[in-house]
Amino acid sequence: MAILVYLEQAAGKVKSTSLEAVSFAKALTQKTGEGEVVALALGTMDPSELAKVGKAGASKVFHASDPRLTEGVIQAHASAVAQAFKSLGAKTLVLAKSSLGDAVSARLAIKLDAALVSNVLELPDLSSGYVVKRSIYTGKAFAFTPIAKENKILAIKKNAIELSKEGADALVESFGVSLTDADFASKITSTERASGQILLPEADVVVSGGRGMKGPENWGMLEELASTLGAATGCSKPVSDIGWRPHHEHVGQTGVKVAPSLYVAVGISGAIQHLAGVNSSKCIVVINKDPEAPFFKAADYGIVGDAFEVIPKLTAALKAQ
Amino acid sequence: MKILVCITHVPDTTSKIQFTSNNTKLDTAGVQFIIGPYDDYALARAVELRDQTGGTLTAVNVGEAETEPTLRKALAIGADDAIRVNSFPKDSYFVAKQLAHIAKEGSYDLILMGRESIDFNGGMVHGMVGELLGIPSFSPVMKLDVEGKRVTMAREIEGGKEYVEAQLPLIAGCQEPIAEWKIPNMRGIMSARTKPLTVVQPVSLETQAEAASFQLPAAKGSVKLIDKDQVGELVRLLKVEAKVL
Ligand SMILES: Cc1cc2nc3c(=O)[nH]c(=O)nc-3n(C[C@H](O)[C@H](O)[C@H](O)COP(=O)(O)OP(=O)(O)OC[C@H]3O[C@@H](n4cnc5c(N)ncnc54)[C@H](O)[C@@H]3O)c2cc1C
Ligand SMILES: Nc1ncnc2c1ncn2[C@@H]1O[C@H](COP(=O)(O)O)[C@@H](O)[C@H]1O
Repeated sequence: MAILVYLEQAAGKVKSTSLEAVSFAKALTQKTGEGEVVALALGTMDPSELAKVGKAGASKVFHASDPRLTEGVIQAHASAVAQAFKSLGAKTLVLAKSSLGDAVSARLAIKLDAALVSNVLELPDLSSGYVVKRSIYTGKAFAFTPIAKENKILAIKKNAIELSKEGADALVESFGVSLTDADFASKITSTERASGQILLPEADVVVSGGRGMKGPENWGMLEELASTLGAATGCSKPVSDIGWRPHHEHVGQTGVKVAPSLYVAVGISGAIQHLAGVNSSKCIVVINKDPEAPFFKAADYGIVGDAFEVIPKLTAALKAQ
Repeated sequence: MKILVCITHVPDTTSKIQFTSNNTKLDTAGVQFIIGPYDDYALARAVELRDQTGGTLTAVNVGEAETEPTLRKALAIGADDAIRVNSFPKDSYFVAKQLAHIAKEGSYDLILMGRESIDFNGGMVHGMVGELLGIPSFSPVMKLDVEGKRVTMAREIEGGKEYVEAQLPLIAGCQEPIAEWKIPNMRGIMSARTKPLTVVQPVSLETQAEAASFQLPAAKGSVKLIDKDQVGELVRLLKVEAKVL
């Protein structure tokens, strides 16, 4: 028996969140005795790139190279994953929670008659049954969900497990899927993607700015800090509402939920709706000129001061070491 | 066009979440309930489309009697009628089964939902209903236009968006900036009192992933403040204490 992992790609590379899903599945096989981890890659990809998925814990990669699958056509991806799951005789599917992963896994829950748990935070507890811990109320609480169904789908949250890099190269096998016109009835006509940047939902370090940054012309300073840290940039909702920054950078209850190791918040007051998007961060640094800003209550480290003074100094101190 | 919009009844985004009954129930004391913020976007776009193309707009909620004020608010904002499936929403699968049944009975052309509920945060109900009905589902959708049977959408992806073309009937899980939230006006509030709100019983009781108990995250320790002229100290702490650099 095997656990199947659904891999997502961005520009021909397996997403880092999908590699985390592979490591999660590997650790899960060690708990449940489900044997090996088989990953499924869809669309045009370089097989040598796919072999590297082995490092994260997969022993095999099924590659369905139909170029129509390179883009994330939801219905088609769900059909392809269902076929791989059935042909493997798998009982568990693991994937990373994402825009595409959510849409695909929900359809699979019905196709595979599987119990789907989303926002999974850690490996299931098998001491009495199969109990999955997940995040609910936008990170304000956790729920323990016992699963009785034989078929299971776990959509894991970022940082649910440490990415493993120890494994050997995986065996890449081509995998034939039969897809119908109905699978491609809807069409992706074009895509706009920020290129060459670290994607916010997947970033390990995030530098975010709020209304305290005063205007879009001051973002250069945050971008420099971000590039020094190897970080993605984010912002508060009003900042994207006014159009200082693009919508996909807005963090919080109604925006992106991030889970980085380090979240640096500059000139953000720390409204509860903003905190809902960052409360899974390992370490939070807040820079705000108002010592009463509520964000300090949610922070690990704080500097009370003017961003325009502190940020250049911080960037310089980071560069100096 | 017949439009169905699926509404959740959830704690206001500023609510402090707490549990009772040995951590098995949400403590609703002092909690104000609202239309889920993403469902509010779906509702706002649904009202605009109904006004543009004619047709009807039905709001549906799976919930117990206490959710009726939330459904009445959807009526005040512009839904023509409402349906309440009389049961606690046990899990996404349970909800999806009820919604798929309602959708099938009413043969709706367009089903709008929120990108996710802010209690379960599953982002799953739309896909499940889509698969149960055998129609396409898209989420998170930030722009949606209908022309005859043809639907054009912008769907948010990590770091950008993709433009999608599809045919009715379909399901979309909505988020901003698809439309501006609508606030009910006096006339809306008055007329909502007399608009039809039908209560039906659940068609299936099956669940797949119902939560058995809850837990709150550990309380955060207090912040360590560093002087603004000592940024080097912050860098040192991030390195040796927090170990995140
Ligand atoms: C339903 C709902 C959903 C929402 N969802 C979100 C969401 O997803 N994400 C989100 O962010 N918000 C969300 N909000 C909005 C949220 O309530 C706050 O209004 C918002 O987060 C405030 O943004 P801000 O901190 O950038 O601005 P402000 O509240 O204006 O704070 C600016 C901060 O900058 C500081 N400052 C000013 N000048 C300087 C300086 N020179 N140096 C350093 N600091 C300075 C100030 O002291 C202040 O603390 C939502 C609201 C609602 C009602
Ligand atoms: N109890 C419910 N009643 C009506 N619609 C619901 C209910 N639960 C979820 N939905 C719809 O499904 C969407 C996604 O919910 P979820 O999968 O729980 O994140 C919500 O935004 C609603 O539009």
